[in-house]
Amino acid sequence: MSENVLSGLAEIVEEVAGVAADDVTADKSFVDDLDIDSLSMVEIAVQAEDKFGVKIPDDELANLKTVGDAVNYITSNK
Amino acid sequence: MTSGIEVVITGLGATTPLGGDVTSTWDALLAGKSGVRPMTHDWVEKYDLPVKIASQLVVDPTEVLPRVEARRLDRSEQVAIVASRQAWSDAGHDDDTVDRQRLAVIIGTGIGGAITLLTQDDLLEQHGLRKVSPLTVPMLMPNGPAAHVGLELKAQAGVHAPVSACASGAEAIAWAYRMIMSGEADVVVAGGAEACITAIPVAGFSQARTMSTRNDEPEKASRPFDTGRDGFVLGEGAGVMVLERRDFAEARGAKIYGRLAGIGTSADGYHITAPDPEGVGQSRAIAAALRSGGIDPSDVGHVNCHATSTPVGDVAETVAIRKAIGDHPILTAPKGALGHLLGAAGAVEAIVTVLSIRDGIVPQTLNLENLDPAVTLDVVAGEPRKIKLDAAVNDSFGFGGHNVALAFTPA
Repeated sequence: MSENVLSGLAEIVEEVAGVAADDVTADKSFVDDLDIDSLSMVEIAVQAEDKFGVKIPDDELANLKTVGDAVNYITSNK
Repeated sequence: MTSGIEVVITGLGATTPLGGDVTSTWDALLAGKSGVRPMTHDWVEKYDLPVKIASQLVVDPTEVLPRVEARRLDRSEQVAIVASRQAWSDAGHDDDTVDRQRLAVIIGTGIGGAITLLTQDDLLEQHGLRKVSPLTVPMLMPNGPAAHVGLELKAQAGVHAPVSACASGAEAIAWAYRMIMSGEADVVVAGGAEACITAIPVAGFSQARTMSTRNDEPEKASRPFDTGRDGFVLGEGAGVMVLERRDFAEARGAKIYGRLAGIGTSADGYHITAPDPEGVGQSRAIAAALRSGGIDPSDVGHVNCHATSTPVGDVAETVAIRKAIGDHPILTAPKGALGHLLGAAGAVEAIVTVLSIRDGIVPQTLNLENLDPAVTLDVVAGEPRKIKLDAAVNDSFGFGGHNVALAFTPA
């Protein structure tokens, strides 16, 4: 797993949702553990697209349940 | 009243161009301070707007709210949250003091999330769909301030957002009265919120020739009832009060600021922006407030006026007051100091009225130096006036011909 992508994603999650970056770890569920709603997920996805130069279509976004899912998707689609 | 139900005020909250809370606002009002300052926004010069002044918050809501919470809220919602938290805490409520199905929230706004609408439109124009916030709609909807406060308090008796331009805040309080009197709620958090100091509202009001252009003397620009008045000064802020059924408040040992004895509403049916110069609709609202409160006009010692510092409106209101009450009440117009908070004005000024009764003092109308000879009533000017009040009325009127009068009495 890319530590750079993880730390970059953690910064975005902190900016958008106020979750401390240290708490944004691969095993965490966005909804169940980090209390991030669907509106904030859209913001996080848009910022991640800009930061990492990837496309995250809505049907893919729906499958990104955990932080690890997102890191893996971003890493393999950069 | 025959129902035996009384509505009392147990908590107050506000953030205004005079102060970040109720106490600082009240103190500044009595001290003769003005909230009007030059606008430093880049769009003032960019569009060469004729109005370069506004009555602006002294405590920015983003200084009070956590960063992430603030970024999810339009500025009008931020001020509503700030004022509501103050009022709720002032009322001594906590998680267990009221059944949430007996708690309602009613917060009006005149304009709603104009800043969000314009900001997001710019993003769409400049960067396309991707940059438009998914929070755009909940931030711009005019029921947003009420919805966010309702959600925070988990209010389930109802969450409402009256929209009647500059009468919205007062209309919310009138609606609260009705909900308590009809038995729909025991406690209602009610008021108004507005934050639309941005290019389009300023441009639009300017084009309607309703705003003061006394740009060189900002603190003197808002001058209700004065011969030199030339329009209102746009303001921002929020006022919220907690209203309760008296027996409910007394049972939990709450402090009581005063009583909302009666309310009256009417519509002019005259013109979309101009008030009826004969004040017929306004006087009907005032008379209705006294009637519903069982108050004899001779007992009304004071009217806290809507007077916005426009040439026509200020005089029309005094005609209405004479019709409904008579020549005896002493008047004040807090907009001289506060500017015009649009949908928040009625709520903030209702708070001022309640404090006037509680403290036995009526603040002066700031900048009233030469009383318009068309005004034949006694308007407090120069310094506050001490007076024991048995009843006082607060007027609020809005574009569209909306009229609201609130009649308050001591605790």
